[in-house]
Amino acid sequence: MKVELQNLTKIFPSRNKKSNEEVIAVNDFTLTIPDGKLVGLLGPSGCGKSTTLYMISGLQKSSSGKIFFGEEDVTNVSPENRGVGLVFQNYALYPHMTVKQNILFPLQNLTGKDKLPKNEMIERAYEVARLVQIDDLMERKPNELSGGQQQRVAIARALVKMPRILLLDEPLSNLDARLRLQTREEIRRIQKETGITTIFVTHDQEEAMSISDMIIVMKLGVVQQVGKPQDIYDDPTNLFVAKFLGTPPINVFEGKVQGGKLYIGEDAVLDVNGIDDRDVYVGIRPEGFIPSDKGELHCHLNNVEVMGRDVSIVSTNAASLNPVIRSIVSSEYVKTIAEGQETVSYSLVPHKVFIFDKETEERIYF
Amino acid sequence: MSNNSTLQVMQERDMHKVVVGQKIMKVVSQFFLYLFLFAVAFVILFPFYWMLISSVKTLDEYMLAIPTLFPKNFDFVNYVEAFNTANLGRLFGNTVFVGVVSTILSLVITVLSAFAFARLEFKGKNAMFAALLATMMIPGELFTITNYKTVNDFGWLNLEQYGFTVLIVPFLVSVFYIYLLKQNFMQIPNELYLAAKVDGTSDLKYLWKVMIPLALPTLISITILKMMGSWNTYMWPNLVADSEKYWLVTNGLRKFSAVDEGGQVDIPVQMAAVAIVSAPLFMVFLFLRKYIMKGVSRSGIKG
Amino acid sequence: MVENKHQWKAWIYLSPAIVLLLVFTVWPIINTLIMAFSENYSSLAGIGGQTFQFGIGNFEKVIQYKGFVTCLKNTMLLCVLTVPLSTILALLISVCLNAIKPFQKLLQTIYFLPYVTNSIAIGMVFAAMFNIVGNISSEEQIITTAGIINNFLGIFGVEPINWINAGSSYWANITVMVVYIVWNALPFKILILLGGLQSVNKQYYDAAKIDSTPKWRVLTKITVPLLSPMIAYVVITGFIGGFKEYSSIVGIFDVTMGPAGDAGRLNTMVGYIYDSIKNQQGRASAAALILFGIIFIVTMINLYVSKKKTHF
Repeated sequence: MKVELQNLTKIFPSRNKKSNEEVIAVNDFTLTIPDGKLVGLLGPSGCGKSTTLYMISGLQKSSSGKIFFGEEDVTNVSPENRGVGLVFQNYALYPHMTVKQNILFPLQNLTGKDKLPKNEMIERAYEVARLVQIDDLMERKPNELSGGQQQRVAIARALVKMPRILLLDEPLSNLDARLRLQTREEIRRIQKETGITTIFVTHDQEEAMSISDMIIVMKLGVVQQVGKPQDIYDDPTNLFVAKFLGTPPINVFEGKVQGGKLYIGEDAVLDVNGIDDRDVYVGIRPEGFIPSDKGELHCHLNNVEVMGRDVSIVSTNAASLNPVIRSIVSSEYVKTIAEGQETVSYSLVPHKVFIFDKETEERIYF
Repeated sequence: MSNNSTLQVMQERDMHKVVVGQKIMKVVSQFFLYLFLFAVAFVILFPFYWMLISSVKTLDEYMLAIPTLFPKNFDFVNYVEAFNTANLGRLFGNTVFVGVVSTILSLVITVLSAFAFARLEFKGKNAMFAALLATMMIPGELFTITNYKTVNDFGWLNLEQYGFTVLIVPFLVSVFYIYLLKQNFMQIPNELYLAAKVDGTSDLKYLWKVMIPLALPTLISITILKMMGSWNTYMWPNLVADSEKYWLVTNGLRKFSAVDEGGQVDIPVQMAAVAIVSAPLFMVFLFLRKYIMKGVSRSGIKG
Repeated sequence: MVENKHQWKAWIYLSPAIVLLLVFTVWPIINTLIMAFSENYSSLAGIGGQTFQFGIGNFEKVIQYKGFVTCLKNTMLLCVLTVPLSTILALLISVCLNAIKPFQKLLQTIYFLPYVTNSIAIGMVFAAMFNIVGNISSEEQIITTAGIINNFLGIFGVEPINWINAGSSYWANITVMVVYIVWNALPFKILILLGGLQSVNKQYYDAAKIDSTPKWRVLTKITVPLLSPMIAYVVITGFIGGFKEYSSIVGIFDVTMGPAGDAGRLNTMVGYIYDSIKNQQGRASAAALILFGIIFIVTMINLYVSKKKTHF
């Protein structure tokens, strides 16, 4: 089902009664999420992503704006009538019920003509349990399960009533690193198999990038950019988005544009025709550096890190805003570095270099 | 997935009707909720109200076949009579004396014991603490039988000679208070104690300067519960204090029979006496509600 | 060295508590056992130099004694009636109280008031409310109050009931006691249960809401099970308190423990122990041990049941 948000805004009244400072958690959020997609709401903590999710679920009321599921306005519909499934960050599994009872619970709430016969309920519970691969744990209590298993139970409980929309709040944050990789693939698979429009919240860009069809980057209640993960990575609209996405993170320099050339420090690194002279920030992806003796950007060489198949050069430059510059290079090059070499020069890959206005931090295209 | 009926039903529903229905339901359920809660509050408060208005009625007004829910005129003479005939002045004095002395002594004993259990290492500590806790399971009445004989053997039943000793000493140690305070002391980081040792601070000074201030809320709770206990205690003083001179408030109140010239029980005077006796507890409650409720929720023991 | 120094220091700090506990707690436990198993023990006879044989005669006499059976029956009856009633009421009140925002603090304070009262003093108020003053049977008597409770019931056309006066029925007496004990027991239970409710993770309710759970099901399938440790706690303390019921009856019926003309009709186990304390310590001790045994068994049963019901 398509989800549409129109000018969605959430204002929390100030906690301190004396100062009338309101907190705008979500500011004028307009977006259409196409049917059947897996969408990641991404941003640092406090950016309003969870608030947005809770407004879609109905657990929080919007201050203004509208929410549509398909063509139907659900803005004033209470959560129990929205037909959404929600997986809580810490799962909120009922501790006194077995896995089976937990999964059956939403079905047992159905009344009237929606009511299912008992054997059908159990059949359905087992069906989703098989889908998330916990059908052999049905008689256990939540506290007898691992974190990953609890997560699957929570997803099963959300899916069993065939929600129109599936919402996941930080689904991987309570799992250890190995389980996280495994579970995110699992979420991807389940979403593809069911085809239910799924929105999940995360602060981990890698998580969002790896499985989403579409990601929404938020900052301080305002949507920064919406798009396919690779598109956002390749084409960020502002410095915040550029910095937030990518590991290792983008390297940011202070620079200036003068006479159609981009300068970092004294080095003229790129031709940027058609941009007026001004001070800028320059963001360069780690893979945007090509070490070469004739390179325009001169840096001080610190050391070379070899991590598995990735080789990165760690260097410094006075204009760099990051403590060190990390560039990912071919392993061939490393062999050419001489003992005691103190400098390294790079030429840059133009489409891996982004220029941002120093005042607005917005992208300047060239 | 196989069955999509829920999904369709959800879509078919007229959401506008659902929204309006929800709002009405909410208002109605809130109304009944408050109705019930205020009805309960009425039942809880009514005895207090009845006590107060009866205490200012004349006996004739009280005995009307159709009762007045509000007194025709306020007659405070009942209070004067109750105070004088029930000898409430002396009862209050006795009770306050016993309450204050037992509270102070009890606090000292509790603090010292809790400190030993929480901070010092000695042989058999855990076994002894477990044994203490085990005694909490035994109903106090079981101790009373022997204690009555013991205080008799000590001669304490002769109150003329020993004063209130018999009302104070047997109840100075409360295992529960020691337990409560020990738990509180344990939350204070041990590093503070070690630091004090390094600085050459004595145990008692450390106790007085650091532990007691930090555990103050618990100590206040204990103080209030102990004082309330003295105010409410009935059985033991009833058993050991034969002379009216040494009665505590509850005994005096129960034994006080307000009878008018005709031999009729004078309930208004009785109610005035009850009101006077209840007033101090209410005052304490009004000002120290937080400590009382906190203390009680951890103890489950009345007084 | 430091360790040793602490050793004797610790014992000094503990000494007042230990001495008092030895005299007034440990010795009574031992002595109660001795007295209970000494045939026909009484301390007066003991002073006279009489020695007592070991035996279970005290227990036999206590159990066979009609007065004690009455006490046991009264105590059990009051427990069985008041503990479930007050627990269910307190649960209902707490759940409702937890569902509102305005007036919550005020109502919570009001509900706690009976706790800060003297159970004998307020017992006298309850007695007054149920008391018929004057002679109800004689028509000529102009000034007669049937008591406010009877007046209130009269609105619904109920004839005045003799609740606690001479000639009142046993069940009328028990009704008054149940009303008073429940009224008195509510504050503590509400305090504990409301505290429990407020510490339940709100997300369970959010999850239930998302899953369109009807209110009744939320209460029975989520709230009550999650609250079960607290419920077990108030039930256990309720039974322990109930088996020691005494002063609330004194409050209403005075030390005669019954309506005028039928003293002792409402006596309880603790009442029996107090009656025997001055002259028949053997029997009092036996009764105290029986009381302890009953409390112990009931507590164990409660713990066993609650463990089965609250395993998470």
